[in-house]
Amino acid sequence: MSAVFIDLTYLLASILFIFGIKGLTHPRTAVRGNLLGAAGMSLAVAATLADREVLGAGALSLGHIAAGVGLGAAVGATLALRIQMTAMPQMVALLNAFGGGASALIAGAVLSTGGDPTAQTAVATVASGIIGSVTFFGSLVAFDKLQGLLLPDRPVHFPAQQAINVLLGVGALALGALVVGDPGDLTNYARLVAVGSVLGVLLTIPIGGADMPVAIALLNSYSGLAAASTGFVLDNNILIITGSLVGASGLILTRIMCKAMNRSLMNVLLGAIGPDVVGAAAGADDVYAGRIKSAAPEEVAMLFDGARRVVVVPGYGMAVAQAQHQVRDLANLLESRGTEVEFAIHPVAGRMPGHMNVLLAEADVDYDKLREMDDVNPSFAQTDVSLVIGANDIVNPDARTDPSSPIAGMPILDVDKSGTVVVVKRSLSPGFAGVPNPLFAADNTLMLFADGKQAVLDLIAAVKES
Amino acid sequence: MDAFLPLLTIFMLAVFVGFEIITKVPPLLHTPLMSGSNAISGITIIGALLSVAAEGRLSTILGFAALVLATVNVVGGFLVTHRMVGMFKKKD
Repeated sequence: MSAVFIDLTYLLASILFIFGIKGLTHPRTAVRGNLLGAAGMSLAVAATLADREVLGAGALSLGHIAAGVGLGAAVGATLALRIQMTAMPQMVALLNAFGGGASALIAGAVLSTGGDPTAQTAVATVASGIIGSVTFFGSLVAFDKLQGLLLPDRPVHFPAQQAINVLLGVGALALGALVVGDPGDLTNYARLVAVGSVLGVLLTIPIGGADMPVAIALLNSYSGLAAASTGFVLDNNILIITGSLVGASGLILTRIMCKAMNRSLMNVLLGAIGPDVVGAAAGADDVYAGRIKSAAPEEVAMLFDGARRVVVVPGYGMAVAQAQHQVRDLANLLESRGTEVEFAIHPVAGRMPGHMNVLLAEADVDYDKLREMDDVNPSFAQTDVSLVIGANDIVNPDARTDPSSPIAGMPILDVDKSGTVVVVKRSLSPGFAGVPNPLFAADNTLMLFADGKQAVLDLIAAVKES
Repeated sequence: MDAFLPLLTIFMLAVFVGFEIITKVPPLLHTPLMSGSNAISGITIIGALLSVAAEGRLSTILGFAALVLATVNVVGGFLVTHRMVGMFKKKD
Protein backbone atom coordinates (compact mmCIF):
# COMPACT_ATOMS: atom_id res chain seq x y z
CA MET A 1 0.00 0.00 0.00
CA SER A 2 1.30 3.45 -0.82
CA ALA A 3 2.66 5.66 1.94
CA VAL A 4 0.18 8.41 1.10
CA PHE A 5 -2.74 6.07 1.50
CA ILE A 6 -1.42 4.84 4.84
CA ASP A 7 -0.94 8.39 6.08
CA LEU A 8 -4.46 9.30 5.04
CA THR A 9 -5.78 6.30 6.95
CA TYR A 10 -3.82 7.46 10.00
CA LEU A 11 -5.38 10.89 9.63
CA LEU A 12 -8.84 9.36 9.51
CA ALA A 13 -8.04 7.27 12.59
CA SER A 14 -6.84 10.38 14.47
CA ILE A 15 -10.12 12.11 13.66
CA LEU A 16 -12.04 9.09 14.93
CA PHE A 17 -10.05 9.19 18.18
CA ILE A 18 -10.97 12.85 18.67
CA PHE A 19 -14.65 12.15 18.04
CA GLY A 20 -14.33 9.13 20.30
CA ILE A 21 -13.14 11.21 23.25
CA LYS A 22 -15.75 13.81 22.41
CA GLY A 23 -18.36 11.07 22.85
CA LEU A 24 -17.22 10.65 26.43
CA THR A 25 -18.55 14.11 27.28
CA HIS A 26 -22.01 12.62 27.87
CA PRO A 27 -23.18 9.21 29.11
CA ARG A 28 -25.67 9.05 26.22
CA THR A 29 -22.95 9.24 23.58
CA ALA A 30 -20.19 7.46 25.52
CA VAL A 31 -20.79 3.97 24.12
CA ARG A 32 -20.71 5.28 20.56
CA GLY A 33 -17.62 7.36 21.32
CA ASN A 34 -15.72 4.35 22.57
CA LEU A 35 -16.73 2.35 19.49
CA LEU A 36 -15.52 5.18 17.23
CA GLY A 37 -12.17 5.03 19.01
CA ALA A 38 -12.01 1.27 18.51
CA ALA A 39 -12.87 1.70 14.83
CA GLY A 40 -10.06 4.24 14.48
CA MET A 41 -7.63 1.81 16.09
CA SER A 42 -8.71 -1.03 13.79
CA LEU A 43 -8.17 1.18 10.74
CA ALA A 44 -4.73 2.28 11.92
CA VAL A 45 -3.65 -1.31 12.61
CA ALA A 46 -5.01 -2.54 9.27
CA ALA A 47 -3.16 0.21 7.40
CA THR A 48 0.09 -0.63 9.20
CA LEU A 49 -0.26 -4.32 8.44
CA ALA A 50 -0.74 -3.43 4.78
CA ASP A 51 2.50 -1.43 4.86
CA ARG A 52 5.09 -2.92 2.53
CA GLU A 53 7.64 -3.10 5.36
CA VAL A 54 5.30 -5.21 7.46
CA LEU A 55 3.48 -7.23 4.82
CA GLY A 56 6.68 -7.91 2.92
CA ALA A 57 8.70 -8.88 5.96
CA GLY A 58 8.14 -12.56 5.45
CA ALA A 59 6.14 -15.35 6.98
CA LEU A 60 8.24 -15.55 10.14
CA SER A 61 7.64 -11.88 11.00
CA LEU A 62 3.94 -12.25 10.32
CA GLY A 63 3.94 -15.27 12.62
CA HIS A 64 5.56 -13.20 15.37
CA ILE A 65 2.94 -10.52 14.84
CA ALA A 66 0.08 -13.01 15.02
CA ALA A 67 1.52 -14.51 18.20
CA GLY A 68 2.07 -11.13 19.87
CA VAL A 69 -1.36 -9.81 18.99
CA GLY A 70 -2.98 -13.08 20.04
CA LEU A 71 -1.22 -13.12 23.40
CA GLY A 72 -1.89 -9.43 24.10
CA ALA A 73 -5.53 -9.72 23.04
CA ALA A 74 -6.08 -12.76 25.26
CA VAL A 75 -4.54 -11.06 28.30
CA GLY A 76 -6.33 -7.78 27.61
CA ALA A 77 -9.73 -9.38 27.08
CA THR A 78 -9.38 -11.56 30.18
CA LEU A 79 -8.44 -8.56 32.31
CA ALA A 80 -11.19 -6.38 30.89
CA LEU A 81 -13.96 -8.92 31.29
CA ARG A 82 -12.95 -10.32 34.67
CA ILE A 83 -11.95 -7.19 36.56
CA GLN A 84 -14.35 -6.03 39.25
CA MET A 85 -15.48 -2.42 39.10
CA THR A 86 -14.05 -1.84 42.59
CA ALA A 87 -10.63 -2.83 41.20
CA MET A 88 -10.77 -0.38 38.29
CA PRO A 89 -7.92 1.76 39.70
CA GLN A 90 -5.66 -1.29 39.53
CA MET A 91 -6.75 -1.96 35.95
CA VAL A 92 -6.00 1.61 34.87
CA ALA A 93 -2.65 1.46 36.69
CA LEU A 94 -1.75 -1.65 34.69
CA LEU A 95 -2.83 -0.07 31.41
CA ASN A 96 -0.73 3.01 32.21
CA ALA A 97 2.23 0.72 32.90
CA PHE A 98 1.87 -1.18 29.64
CA GLY A 99 1.54 2.03 27.62
CA GLY A 100 4.77 3.39 29.10
CA GLY A 101 6.55 0.05 28.73
CA ALA A 102 5.59 -0.32 25.08
CA SER A 103 6.97 3.14 24.28
CA ALA A 104 10.33 2.48 25.96
CA LEU A 105 10.64 -0.89 24.19
CA ILE A 106 9.84 0.53 20.76
CA ALA A 107 12.37 3.33 21.18
CA GLY A 108 14.96 0.68 22.06
CA ALA A 109 13.98 -1.43 19.06
CA VAL A 110 14.37 1.53 16.70
CA LEU A 111 17.75 2.35 18.21
CA SER A 112 18.86 -1.28 17.75
CA THR A 113 18.22 -1.23 14.00
CA GLY A 114 21.21 1.08 13.71
CA GLY A 115 21.37 3.41 10.78
CA ASP A 116 22.25 7.01 11.49
CA PRO A 117 19.48 8.52 13.62
CA THR A 118 18.85 12.25 13.32
CA ALA A 119 19.17 14.46 16.37
CA GLN A 120 15.39 14.48 16.64
CA THR A 121 15.17 10.69 16.66
CA ALA A 122 17.96 10.35 19.20
CA VAL A 123 16.52 12.93 21.61
CA ALA A 124 13.02 11.48 21.25
CA THR A 125 14.42 8.02 21.93
CA VAL A 126 15.92 9.26 25.16
CA ALA A 127 12.60 10.88 26.13
CA SER A 128 10.66 7.70 25.35
CA GLY A 129 13.13 5.64 27.34
CA ILE A 130 13.02 7.82 30.45
CA ILE A 131 9.29 8.62 30.47
CA GLY A 132 8.38 5.09 29.45
CA SER A 133 10.42 3.35 32.14
CA VAL A 134 9.34 5.79 34.87
CA THR A 135 5.72 5.21 33.83
CA PHE A 136 6.09 1.44 33.66
CA PHE A 137 7.63 0.92 37.08
CA GLY A 138 5.79 3.82 38.73
CA SER A 139 2.48 2.35 37.59
CA LEU A 140 3.45 -1.13 38.74
CA VAL A 141 4.17 0.28 42.21
CA ALA A 142 0.79 2.06 42.13
CA PHE A 143 -0.84 -1.23 41.11
CA ASP A 144 0.93 -3.07 43.90
CA LYS A 145 -0.16 -0.53 46.50
CA LEU A 146 -3.77 -0.51 45.30
CA GLN A 147 -3.93 -4.29 45.21
CA GLY A 148 -2.24 -4.50 48.62
CA LEU A 149 0.44 -6.96 47.56
CA LEU A 150 3.98 -6.13 48.70
CA LEU A 151 4.04 -2.46 49.56
CA PRO A 152 1.89 -0.72 52.16
CA ASP A 153 -0.93 1.56 51.08
CA ARG A 154 0.49 4.37 53.24
CA PRO A 155 3.28 6.71 52.13
CA VAL A 156 6.77 5.22 52.51
CA HIS A 157 9.56 7.60 53.41
CA PHE A 158 13.27 6.96 53.63
CA PRO A 159 16.27 9.20 54.32
CA ALA A 160 17.48 11.53 51.58
CA GLN A 161 14.53 10.54 49.40
CA GLN A 162 14.45 13.74 47.37
CA ALA A 163 18.22 13.95 47.00
CA ILE A 164 18.32 10.40 45.64
CA ASN A 165 15.52 11.15 43.20
CA VAL A 166 17.28 14.26 41.94
CA LEU A 167 20.52 12.29 41.52
CA LEU A 168 18.72 9.58 39.57
CA GLY A 169 17.03 12.20 37.39
CA VAL A 170 20.34 13.87 36.61
CA GLY A 171 21.91 10.46 35.99
CA ALA A 172 19.16 9.56 33.51
CA LEU A 173 19.69 12.84 31.65
CA ALA A 174 23.47 12.32 31.56
CA LEU A 175 23.00 8.84 30.12
CA GLY A 176 20.56 10.41 27.68
CA ALA A 177 23.30 12.78 26.50
CA LEU A 178 25.58 9.76 25.95
CA VAL A 179 22.86 8.03 23.90
CA VAL A 180 22.44 11.13 21.73
CA GLY A 181 26.23 11.38 21.34
CA ASP A 182 26.66 7.75 20.29
CA PRO A 183 23.30 6.23 19.30
CA GLY A 184 24.97 3.07 18.07
CA ASP A 185 25.90 2.01 21.61
CA LEU A 186 22.86 0.28 23.07
CA THR A 187 24.32 -0.28 26.54
CA ASN A 188 23.80 3.37 27.45
CA TYR A 189 20.15 3.12 26.47
CA ALA A 190 19.82 0.01 28.65
CA ARG A 191 21.42 1.85 31.57
CA LEU A 192 19.11 4.80 31.00
CA VAL A 193 16.06 2.53 31.14
CA ALA A 194 17.40 0.90 34.31
CA VAL A 195 17.86 4.28 36.02
CA GLY A 196 14.42 5.40 34.84
CA SER A 197 12.92 2.22 36.28
CA VAL A 198 14.43 2.80 39.72
CA LEU A 199 13.29 6.42 39.56
CA GLY A 200 9.74 5.31 38.72
CA VAL A 201 9.67 3.05 41.77
CA LEU A 202 11.09 5.68 44.12
CA LEU A 203 8.79 8.43 42.86
CA THR A 204 5.65 6.37 43.51
CA ILE A 205 6.59 4.73 46.82
CA PRO A 206 5.93 7.87 48.92
CA ILE A 207 2.41 8.22 47.54
CA GLY A 208 -0.27 6.96 49.92
CA GLY A 209 -3.77 5.61 49.39
CA ALA A 210 -5.94 8.72 49.18
CA ASP A 211 -3.35 10.47 46.98
CA MET A 212 -3.60 7.66 44.44
CA PRO A 213 -6.10 9.51 42.21
CA VAL A 214 -3.41 12.15 41.57
CA ALA A 215 -0.68 9.58 40.96
CA ILE A 216 -2.81 7.54 38.55
CA ALA A 217 -3.89 10.62 36.63
CA LEU A 218 -0.29 11.81 36.38
CA LEU A 219 0.99 8.41 35.24
CA ASN A 220 -1.83 8.38 32.68
CA SER A 221 -0.48 11.65 31.37
CA TYR A 222 3.08 10.25 31.28
CA SER A 223 1.99 7.21 29.28
CA GLY A 224 0.51 9.60 26.71
CA LEU A 225 3.68 11.71 26.60
CA ALA A 226 5.75 8.54 26.17
CA ALA A 227 3.60 7.58 23.18
CA ALA A 228 4.00 11.09 21.74
CA SER A 229 7.77 10.98 22.04
CA THR A 230 7.77 7.57 20.37
CA GLY A 231 5.89 9.35 17.58
CA PHE A 232 8.88 11.70 17.26
CA VAL A 233 11.18 8.65 17.15
CA LEU A 234 9.22 7.14 14.28
CA ASP A 235 8.27 10.43 12.53
CA ASN A 236 4.72 9.26 12.93
CA ASN A 237 1.82 11.76 13.13
CA ILE A 238 -0.80 9.52 14.63
CA LEU A 239 1.36 8.57 17.59
CA ILE A 240 2.09 12.24 18.23
CA ILE A 241 -1.57 13.27 17.98
CA THR A 242 -2.86 10.43 20.14
CA GLY A 243 -0.07 10.71 22.66
CA SER A 244 -0.65 14.41 23.15
CA LEU A 245 -4.42 13.89 23.52
CA VAL A 246 -3.78 11.35 26.28
CA GLY A 247 -1.06 13.51 27.83
CA ALA A 248 -3.46 16.46 27.96
CA SER A 249 -6.22 14.29 29.39
CA GLY A 250 -4.05 12.99 32.21
CA LEU A 251 -2.78 16.47 32.97
CA ILE A 252 -6.30 17.90 33.23
CA LEU A 253 -7.38 15.09 35.54
CA THR A 254 -4.27 15.63 37.66
CA ARG A 255 -5.12 19.30 38.00
CA ILE A 256 -8.74 18.57 38.93
CA MET A 257 -7.66 16.05 41.57
CA CYS A 258 -5.10 18.43 43.10
CA LYS A 259 -7.67 21.20 43.24
CA ALA A 260 -10.15 18.87 44.94
CA MET A 261 -7.58 18.26 47.67
CA ASN A 262 -6.37 21.87 47.79
CA ARG A 263 -2.81 20.68 47.39
CA SER A 264 -0.06 21.41 44.97
CA LEU A 265 1.17 18.64 42.72
CA MET A 266 4.60 18.85 44.39
CA ASN A 267 3.02 18.38 47.79
CA VAL A 268 1.23 15.21 46.66
CA LEU A 269 4.28 13.78 44.91
CA LEU A 270 6.41 14.22 48.01
CA GLY A 271 3.73 12.65 50.19
CA ALA A 272 3.75 15.68 52.44
CA ILE A 273 0.62 14.89 54.44
CA GLY A 274 1.96 11.60 55.74
CA PRO A 275 4.26 12.69 58.60
CA ASP A 276 1.48 14.62 60.37
CA VAL A 277 -0.36 11.46 61.35
CA VAL A 278 1.24 10.93 64.76
CA GLY A 279 0.82 14.48 66.02
CA ALA A 280 -2.77 14.76 64.92
CA ALA A 281 -3.95 11.43 66.32
CA ALA A 282 -3.25 12.71 69.83
CA GLY A 283 -5.94 15.34 69.39
CA ALA A 284 -8.64 12.73 68.75
CA ASP A 285 -9.61 12.42 72.42
CA ASP A 286 -10.19 16.15 72.77
CA VAL A 287 -12.43 16.17 69.75
CA TYR A 288 -14.43 13.03 70.46
CA ALA A 289 -14.50 12.62 74.28
CA GLY A 290 -18.05 12.26 75.52
CA ARG A 291 -19.57 13.72 72.39
CA ILE A 292 -20.02 10.67 70.18
CA LYS A 293 -23.59 9.47 69.81
CA SER A 294 -23.88 5.97 68.51
CA ALA A 295 -27.17 4.84 66.98
CA ALA A 296 -28.83 1.52 66.17
CA PRO A 297 -30.20 0.81 62.68
CA GLU A 298 -33.77 1.10 64.04
CA GLU A 299 -33.19 4.68 65.15
CA VAL A 300 -31.80 5.59 61.75
CA ALA A 301 -34.78 3.92 60.08
CA MET A 302 -37.08 6.20 62.08
CA LEU A 303 -35.13 9.21 60.84
CA PHE A 304 -35.55 7.99 57.27
CA ASP A 305 -39.28 7.60 57.94
CA GLY A 306 -39.75 11.28 58.47
CA ALA A 307 -37.25 12.40 55.82
CA ARG A 308 -38.26 14.09 52.59
CA ARG A 309 -34.75 14.26 51.22
CA VAL A 310 -31.80 11.94 51.87
CA VAL A 311 -28.31 12.38 50.41
CA VAL A 312 -25.90 9.45 50.35
CA VAL A 313 -22.17 10.28 50.48
CA PRO A 314 -20.05 7.30 49.41
CA GLY A 315 -16.32 7.01 50.02
CA TYR A 316 -13.56 4.50 49.50
CA GLY A 317 -14.95 2.47 52.43
CA MET A 318 -18.04 1.66 50.34
CA ALA A 319 -15.80 0.25 47.62
CA VAL A 320 -13.79 -1.79 50.12
CA ALA A 321 -16.96 -3.22 51.64
CA GLN A 322 -18.37 -3.85 48.13
CA ALA A 323 -21.55 -2.27 49.45
CA GLN A 324 -22.69 -0.43 46.31
CA HIS A 325 -25.49 -2.88 45.47
CA GLN A 326 -26.89 -2.75 49.00
CA VAL A 327 -26.68 1.04 48.94
CA ARG A 328 -28.68 1.02 45.71
CA ASP A 329 -31.31 -1.25 47.33
CA LEU A 330 -31.61 1.12 50.27
CA ALA A 331 -31.95 4.12 47.95
CA ASN A 332 -34.65 2.37 45.92
CA LEU A 333 -36.50 1.36 49.09
CA LEU A 334 -36.49 4.91 50.41
CA GLU A 335 -37.62 6.27 47.06
CA SER A 336 -40.48 3.79 46.92
CA ARG A 337 -41.63 5.33 50.21
CA GLY A 338 -41.67 8.80 48.71
CA THR A 339 -38.26 10.07 49.88
CA GLU A 340 -36.04 11.94 47.44
CA VAL A 341 -32.61 10.25 47.34
CA GLU A 342 -29.46 11.62 45.70
CA PHE A 343 -25.77 10.75 45.81
CA ALA A 344 -23.11 13.37 46.49
CA ILE A 345 -19.80 12.51 44.85
CA HIS A 346 -16.60 14.23 45.95
CA PRO A 347 -14.02 14.45 43.13
CA VAL A 348 -11.40 12.50 45.10
CA ALA A 349 -13.72 9.96 46.73
CA GLY A 350 -12.21 6.55 46.04
CA ARG A 351 -8.85 5.72 44.55
CA MET A 352 -9.13 7.23 41.07
CA PRO A 353 -11.04 9.98 39.29
CA GLY A 354 -14.68 8.97 38.88
CA HIS A 355 -14.32 5.76 40.91
CA MET A 356 -17.59 6.19 42.88
CA ASN A 357 -19.60 7.02 39.78
CA VAL A 358 -18.57 3.78 38.10
CA LEU A 359 -19.41 1.71 41.18
CA LEU A 360 -22.86 3.24 41.52
CA ALA A 361 -23.50 3.01 37.79
CA GLU A 362 -22.60 -0.67 38.04
CA ALA A 363 -25.21 -1.00 40.76
CA ASP A 364 -27.77 0.50 38.33
CA VAL A 365 -28.11 3.88 39.98
CA ASP A 366 -29.51 6.43 37.51
CA TYR A 367 -26.63 8.76 36.57
CA ASP A 368 -28.86 11.80 37.04
CA LYS A 369 -28.84 11.02 40.76
CA LEU A 370 -25.04 11.18 40.96
CA ARG A 371 -24.41 14.82 41.79
CA GLU A 372 -21.10 16.67 41.68
CA MET A 373 -19.82 18.50 44.74
CA ASP A 374 -20.40 22.11 43.66
CA ASP A 375 -23.79 21.16 42.37
CA VAL A 376 -25.04 19.35 45.47
CA ASN A 377 -23.45 21.42 48.25
CA PRO A 378 -26.10 24.18 48.35
CA SER A 379 -28.81 21.53 48.83
CA PHE A 380 -27.54 20.10 52.13
CA ALA A 381 -29.41 22.80 54.07
CA GLN A 382 -32.63 21.34 52.66
CA THR A 383 -31.54 17.76 53.29
CA ASP A 384 -33.11 15.92 56.22
CA VAL A 385 -30.61 13.07 56.46
CA SER A 386 -27.11 12.70 55.00
CA LEU A 387 -25.86 9.14 55.04
CA VAL A 388 -22.04 9.01 54.91
CA ILE A 389 -20.71 5.57 54.00
CA GLY A 390 -17.00 4.92 54.25
CA ALA A 391 -15.96 8.54 53.73
CA ASN A 392 -14.01 10.68 56.17
CA ASP A 393 -11.69 13.49 55.11
CA ILE A 394 -14.00 14.67 52.32
CA VAL A 395 -16.70 15.51 54.90
CA ASN A 396 -14.42 16.97 57.59
CA PRO A 397 -15.67 20.49 58.46
CA ASP A 398 -12.20 21.39 59.78
CA ALA A 399 -11.20 21.84 56.14
CA ARG A 400 -13.55 24.81 56.09
CA THR A 401 -13.04 26.23 59.57
CA ASP A 402 -9.60 25.36 60.95
CA PRO A 403 -6.77 27.09 59.07
CA SER A 404 -4.17 25.04 60.97
CA SER A 405 -5.60 21.69 59.89
CA PRO A 406 -3.54 19.74 57.34
CA ILE A 407 -6.64 19.59 55.16
CA ALA A 408 -7.46 23.30 55.53
CA GLY A 409 -8.97 24.73 52.38
CA MET A 410 -9.80 21.39 50.82
CA PRO A 411 -13.29 21.65 49.34
CA ILE A 412 -15.62 19.31 51.20
CA LEU A 413 -19.18 18.07 50.99
CA ASP A 414 -21.15 20.20 53.46
CA VAL A 415 -23.04 17.30 55.04
CA ASP A 416 -22.84 18.99 58.47
CA LYS A 417 -25.42 21.49 57.22
CA SER A 418 -28.09 18.85 56.80
CA GLY A 419 -30.69 18.06 59.48
CA THR A 420 -29.07 14.87 60.68
CA VAL A 421 -25.86 13.19 59.59
CA VAL A 422 -25.58 9.41 59.87
CA VAL A 423 -22.02 8.15 59.53
CA VAL A 424 -21.52 4.47 58.78
CA LYS A 425 -18.00 3.55 59.86
CA ARG A 426 -16.25 0.69 61.59
CA SER A 427 -14.54 2.84 64.22
CA LEU A 428 -13.41 6.38 64.92
CA SER A 429 -10.09 5.74 63.16
CA PRO A 430 -8.86 8.75 61.20
CA GLY A 431 -9.01 8.99 57.42
CA PHE A 432 -5.99 9.26 55.16
CA ALA A 433 -5.09 12.75 56.37
CA GLY A 434 -4.71 11.32 59.88
CA VAL A 435 -6.80 14.01 61.55
CA PRO A 436 -9.85 13.61 63.80
CA ASN A 437 -13.15 14.57 62.25
CA PRO A 438 -15.32 16.93 64.38
CA LEU A 439 -18.27 15.93 62.22
CA PHE A 440 -18.45 12.65 64.19
CA ALA A 441 -18.85 14.61 67.44
CA ALA A 442 -21.32 17.17 66.10
CA ASP A 443 -24.73 17.55 67.78
CA ASN A 444 -26.59 16.51 64.65
CA THR A 445 -24.44 13.44 63.92
CA LEU A 446 -25.21 9.81 64.72
CA MET A 447 -22.53 7.14 64.33
CA LEU A 448 -23.54 3.72 63.08
CA PHE A 449 -20.53 1.57 63.88
CA ALA A 450 -20.44 -1.44 61.53
CA ASP A 451 -19.05 -2.85 58.33
CA GLY A 452 -20.43 -0.86 55.40
CA LYS A 453 -22.30 -3.67 53.73
CA GLN A 454 -23.77 -5.12 56.94
CA ALA A 455 -24.83 -1.69 58.15
CA VAL A 456 -26.76 -1.00 54.96
CA LEU A 457 -28.37 -4.45 55.05
CA ASP A 458 -29.44 -3.77 58.66
CA LEU A 459 -30.82 -0.38 57.62
CA ILE A 460 -32.84 -1.97 54.83
CA ALA A 461 -34.30 -4.52 57.25
CA ALA A 462 -35.08 -1.83 59.80
CA VAL A 463 -36.76 0.43 57.25
CA LYS A 464 -38.90 -2.46 56.00
CA GLU A 465 -40.04 -3.21 59.55
CA SER A 466 -40.85 0.33 60.53
CA MET B 1 15.15 19.74 11.40
CA ASP B 2 12.95 19.56 8.27
CA ALA B 3 10.64 17.00 9.80
CA PHE B 4 10.81 18.28 13.35
CA LEU B 5 8.91 21.56 13.02
CA PRO B 6 5.83 20.11 11.32
CA LEU B 7 5.76 17.34 13.93
CA LEU B 8 6.10 19.83 16.77
CA THR B 9 3.29 21.87 15.22
CA ILE B 10 1.07 18.81 15.13
CA PHE B 11 2.00 17.99 18.72
CA MET B 12 1.15 21.45 20.03
CA LEU B 13 -2.14 21.68 18.12
CA ALA B 14 -3.17 18.23 19.34
CA VAL B 15 -2.45 19.25 22.93
CA PHE B 16 -4.79 22.22 22.50
CA VAL B 17 -7.49 20.04 20.94
CA GLY B 18 -7.05 17.64 23.85
CA PHE B 19 -7.46 20.39 26.43
CA GLU B 20 -10.56 21.71 24.66
CA ILE B 21 -12.40 18.39 24.48
CA ILE B 22 -11.30 16.84 27.71
CA THR B 23 -12.24 19.76 29.95
CA LYS B 24 -15.81 19.07 28.75
CA VAL B 25 -15.79 15.48 30.03
CA PRO B 26 -17.85 15.46 33.26
CA PRO B 27 -16.44 13.91 36.49
CA LEU B 28 -19.15 11.27 36.08
CA LEU B 29 -17.13 9.79 33.22
CA HIS B 30 -13.59 10.37 34.41
CA THR B 31 -12.86 6.68 34.97
CA PRO B 32 -13.99 5.64 31.47
CA LEU B 33 -12.02 8.62 30.14
CA MET B 34 -8.86 7.20 31.71
CA SER B 35 -9.39 3.66 30.48
CA GLY B 36 -10.50 4.91 27.07
CA SER B 37 -7.49 7.19 26.73
CA ASN B 38 -5.31 4.23 27.66
CA ALA B 39 -6.93 2.26 24.89
CA ILE B 40 -6.13 4.89 22.27
CA SER B 41 -2.62 5.41 23.62
CA GLY B 42 -2.23 1.75 22.64
CA ILE B 43 -1.65 3.33 19.21
CA THR B 44 1.99 2.51 19.96
CA ILE B 45 0.92 -0.89 18.57
CA ILE B 46 1.79 0.62 15.17
CA GLY B 47 5.36 1.23 16.23
CA ALA B 48 5.49 -2.26 17.69
CA LEU B 49 4.32 -3.82 14.41
CA LEU B 50 6.99 -1.96 12.47
CA SER B 51 9.68 -2.97 14.99
CA VAL B 52 8.75 -6.66 14.88
CA ALA B 53 8.93 -6.58 11.08
CA ALA B 54 12.20 -4.63 10.97
CA GLU B 55 15.57 -6.30 10.36
CA GLY B 56 17.53 -7.44 13.36
CA ARG B 57 16.95 -9.94 16.11
CA LEU B 58 16.94 -7.40 18.96
CA SER B 59 14.40 -5.22 17.19
CA THR B 60 12.15 -8.23 16.75
CA ILE B 61 12.42 -9.21 20.42
CA LEU B 62 11.85 -5.70 21.80
CA GLY B 63 9.13 -5.10 19.22
CA PHE B 64 7.41 -8.35 20.18
CA ALA B 65 7.35 -7.40 23.88
CA ALA B 66 6.01 -3.96 22.95
CA LEU B 67 3.41 -5.56 20.68
CA VAL B 68 2.07 -7.71 23.52
CA LEU B 69 1.89 -4.74 25.93
CA ALA B 70 0.30 -2.40 23.38
CA THR B 71 -2.26 -5.02 22.37
CA VAL B 72 -3.25 -5.52 26.03
CA ASN B 73 -3.83 -1.76 26.16
CA VAL B 74 -5.87 -1.67 22.98
CA VAL B 75 -8.02 -4.74 23.59
CA GLY B 76 -8.24 -4.41 27.38
CA GLY B 77 -8.75 -0.65 27.26
CA PHE B 78 -11.57 -0.59 24.71
CA LEU B 79 -13.33 -3.63 26.22
CA VAL B 80 -13.26 -2.42 29.80
CA THR B 81 -14.37 1.04 28.71
CA HIS B 82 -17.21 -0.54 26.77
CA ARG B 83 -18.24 -2.47 29.88
CA MET B 84 -18.16 0.67 31.98
CA VAL B 85 -19.93 3.14 29.73
CA GLY B 86 -22.66 0.57 29.15
CA MET B 87 -23.46 0.77 32.85
CA PHE B 88 -24.34 4.45 32.83
CA LYS B 89 -28.08 4.35 32.37
CA LYS B 90 -30.94 6.68 32.91
CA LYS B 91 -34.15 5.25 34.20
CA ASP B 92 -37.41 7.02 33.58
